[in-house]
Amino acid sequence: MNIVVCLKQVPDTETQIKIGPDNKSIVTDDIKWVINPYDEFGVEEALQLKEKFGGEVTVVGMGPKRVTESIRTALAMGADKGILITDDALEGSDSLATAKALAAVLKDLEYDLIFTGQRGVDDDMGVVGPALAELLGIPNLSLIVKVEAAEDGKSVKVNRPVEGETLVIESSLPALITAQKGLNEPRYASLPGIMKAKKKPLEEKTLGDLGLDAAQFGEGARKLKILEMTPPPERAAGKIVEGETPQEKAAELAKLLHEEAKVF
Amino acid sequence: MDFSLSMEQEILRNSVRDFAEKEIRPVARELDEKEEFSHETMQKMAELGLFGMFVSEKYGGQGMDYVSYIIATEEIARVDGSHAATVAAANSLGVGPLYYFGNEEQKVKYLPKLCSGEALWGFGLTEPNAGSDAGNSKTTGVLEKDQWVVNGSKIFITNASTRITTGVTALCRTGTREDGRPELSCILIEMGTPGFEAREMHGKLMWRASNTSELYFDDCRVPQENLLGPRGNGFHQMMQTLDGGRLSIGAMGLGGAQGCFDLSLQYSREREQFGKPISNFQVNAFKLADMALEIECARLILYKACWLRDNEKPFSKEAAMAKLHCSEVMYRCANHAVQLHGGYGLMKEYDVERFYRDQKLLEIGEGTSEVQRIVISRLIGAL
Repeated sequence: MNIVVCLKQVPDTETQIKIGPDNKSIVTDDIKWVINPYDEFGVEEALQLKEKFGGEVTVVGMGPKRVTESIRTALAMGADKGILITDDALEGSDSLATAKALAAVLKDLEYDLIFTGQRGVDDDMGVVGPALAELLGIPNLSLIVKVEAAEDGKSVKVNRPVEGETLVIESSLPALITAQKGLNEPRYASLPGIMKAKKKPLEEKTLGDLGLDAAQFGEGARKLKILEMTPPPERAAGKIVEGETPQEKAAELAKLLHEEAKVF
Repeated sequence: MDFSLSMEQEILRNSVRDFAEKEIRPVARELDEKEEFSHETMQKMAELGLFGMFVSEKYGGQGMDYVSYIIATEEIARVDGSHAATVAAANSLGVGPLYYFGNEEQKVKYLPKLCSGEALWGFGLTEPNAGSDAGNSKTTGVLEKDQWVVNGSKIFITNASTRITTGVTALCRTGTREDGRPELSCILIEMGTPGFEAREMHGKLMWRASNTSELYFDDCRVPQENLLGPRGNGFHQMMQTLDGGRLSIGAMGLGGAQGCFDLSLQYSREREQFGKPISNFQVNAFKLADMALEIECARLILYKACWLRDNEKPFSKEAAMAKLHCSEVMYRCANHAVQLHGGYGLMKEYDVERFYRDQKLLEIGEGTSEVQRIVISRLIGAL
């Protein structure tokens, strides 16, 4: 079973995010970059399927050269080869352009399954996975927490949580799965894995290499424009509900919810 | 000059940091409290590949450079001193002498299991009456026919009495040299050899979740071929091992200091007094600034010493400086850390309490701070 995992590099979730002077982007100077956690679930699931069915896991990333480190990390976890789409003209591309670039790489690869994260933890768009499936003309299985491949490796049965229930979906292959939290617990890149990753192939491709027109990518080609970024409001101080007895407190709470918070 | 780490070293740091936060942080406090060596975390560290880091792949090692080994040790120490002690002692002191001085047969016999972390090995140097005066070893090894007969005892030996320990390297007096001074040699003694007993030591102030032992040899007989390297080279082998070992103690000081700093910065930003975070008071901010500065300097000297070693240049002086400086930096950082945490810093519920205790060993183990100053004084030509 050949599997492709699309991987985005995002700021570490513990990084303190600062908004830049243009009010439309973040300051990236001191950011620690990591693999998007949802994509990491994809890497782990791909490795588990490879361990069961054999085949190859290819990791595809897009962005500046620093993304190499994230791809190498996935190789250290056990993936077989990496591809980095890197081109100055990609800077500022939106989700649709990203999906187009990924689709251009994927059309030359043999795959049974594609994994992406259900969303990037930076922009929270959740578009690249479904858009990529659409561009490739394959089924899209979103927000998946369990993957069971058939013994013959020709189809998958996957679980999606819906409102406390589980939706079980069966799909033929090839298909695209967007990974949701709960799918698995990603492994650590082990020391022997890190040493082995040094020798694994990692190819770089520009838009030209992929036969793509630079005018369809980057800031200028965005379908969506970011107008402004604002930091989340400071958390207001909490309120302690007064009252002598539980009954009094409950009554006071109901009053506050109605009159102040206006939730009902 | 290039201060950047390689991509592999960056990935290694991220991976070990992540591992330490998720697998060691949640259990460190309880293991410290119970004074218990955990075979469970030992196995997890083994699976990650933290043993035999600088040993060639031929013997089952990871084939990494010394800087990488030091980064990994530093990241474990950032979370817990005991676990870092297990790793540092296993690599530098357990594996080190066998790898650098063992013959092919000994390496093939012992190294693969030590590198996979299935086994641990002790470094028997210190004796009840031979601490800083390590050459004054009283344990004897007498060659009778084709066997060494070992008698004596060792103390404070890390990793020497776990249930996966397979043996120890023991420095023994094997005769008298021509100049009248004792001839010292290293002898390999496997667990289970009649007359050899390893007893776990308890009641420690620090590194409570690492394994520390007393070793007793009572007419303990081992084959003649258990000699490590040439006869009479024991003291030299032990001292050379400690040169490398000092770098790992340096890594524990650096990592521990970083751990103190990270916890303190986070706490100081969250803890409010007089209506604002305590980090907003200069008196506290300056403590954090001093910690950051000292950690940066400590990292530079430690990595330089490792770089010298990786490039096969003399590094004894820098190793002594790094060990001395990193352990004293952690001393000051742990002190600031507890001070910044105030009353809470005195409680076991906060990790800085453990760091404060764990720090003390670094100024004593593998050559006290005083001995490091003697080593440096000699190497600069002052003594």
